[in-house]
Amino acid sequence: MLAKRIIACLDVRDGQVVKGVQFEGLRTAGDPAALARRYNAEGIDELVILDVTATLEKRLAMARTVRAVAAELFIPLCVGGGIRGVEDAAAVVEAGADKVSVNSAALADPSLITTLARLYGSQAVIVAIDAKREGSRYAVYSRSATTPAGRDAVEWAREAEDRGAGEILLTSIDRDGTKAGFDCEMTAAVSSAVNIPVIASGGAGDFSHFVDVFTRGRADAALAASIFHYQEHSVEALKRHLQEAGIPVRVQV
Amino acid sequence: MLIALIDYGAGNLTSVRKAFTHLGAELYQPASPADLARAAAIVVPGVGHFEATRALTPEWHAAIRDALDRGQPLLGICLGMQWLFEGSAEAPDCPGLGVLEGRCWRLTSGPDRLKVPHVGWNTLEPAGDSSLLAGLPAGSSVYFTHSYACPVTTATAATTEYGGERFAAAVDTGQVMAVQFHPEKSGNAGLTILRNFLARVAARAATEAR
Repeated sequence: MLAKRIIACLDVRDGQVVKGVQFEGLRTAGDPAALARRYNAEGIDELVILDVTATLEKRLAMARTVRAVAAELFIPLCVGGGIRGVEDAAAVVEAGADKVSVNSAALADPSLITTLARLYGSQAVIVAIDAKREGSRYAVYSRSATTPAGRDAVEWAREAEDRGAGEILLTSIDRDGTKAGFDCEMTAAVSSAVNIPVIASGGAGDFSHFVDVFTRGRADAALAASIFHYQEHSVEALKRHLQEAGIPVRVQV
Repeated sequence: MLIALIDYGAGNLTSVRKAFTHLGAELYQPASPADLARAAAIVVPGVGHFEATRALTPEWHAAIRDALDRGQPLLGICLGMQWLFEGSAEAPDCPGLGVLEGRCWRLTSGPDRLKVPHVGWNTLEPAGDSSLLAGLPAGSSVYFTHSYACPVTTATAATTEYGGERFAAAVDTGQVMAVQFHPEKSGNAGLTILRNFLARVAARAATEAR
């Protein structure tokens, strides 16, 4: 049976893993390669490296960090943050990324999704959507959640799929770093609207939040950062909990 | 042990290269079909649209068939596995190599109405007794990402089920081996399978040398 995926996110700035609350107030959580090694040993299903400040500072995700993490990892690795075009994508793919995540650049020029899908295949193209509730809608923001994109998350996810995206990484700006749980309503709205996997992100605080997002939220995968970084919870314990709740997960044997 | 990795432009091969190198294999990229002769084994990787396999011209088809006639082992990965069959519904007028029987079909959403493509970790159900899967604990999962699937035949070494459909996840005819999933992205299980493949290649090379 296809497992629900648990994905650890390494938000990286200047070669160090950091984590903020609602996209602000970053604090340091350690060396990316060391964290990647620990997560891999604990049975993480996938890793995402996001250069969290790249868009703002117009920097490319550090190829050196990607290379160091990719060197010892034999599970899928996605890299995003500051991917402005084909050249930036090529640089991270060359460094060892299996998937590239695009956000602001795809909002500015949606044809980038198709270009990347033709180059690397849809399976390598993740469209990251940062959205927050505004009334009954989910408003998309770009540039590290600072700028309204004038789009609705459900419609944008559909368009991204049509243009060749292989997966959607959906982050709730309201929940990011709060540990108040995933935005299950938003995740379900997007997941039901597309036929590609949706990775839920933002708000993971305890194990029950993952159960919720896989059931009520209809997520195909769930991503978390701080819940794992500070050793509050291990990936292994989370998977045991999910198994007991009847959710199919990969158990490393 | 020199392994020919055929790069026909279907996706990024960095991870495949990295995994084989990690296991001590020496890879080269054959520049022409004739360059296959010196290989201890051939790996046909690839992700993407079946149409991409058109880059494997009739000359490549002939050279790979010759290699198989010489007894060189071959491993197909993902699109590379599908290409070993007769063809695929994804590009109906684009012929596969045809060393495996049957054609690839598009996964439907199935009775369970699941998403296509099939992306993520799914379990392998061994069918028969293939040394390619030796040492894999029961219930091992591997990483898939595909929309088209290969038929289950007598050559099937393992199957996987998704959305109510069962397809060939691994094939082993003794000489021709193939996997629908990505062993280079499947953690320890994937590395075990690649190691088993290399062990088979080494065993054959030793027999040849005698």
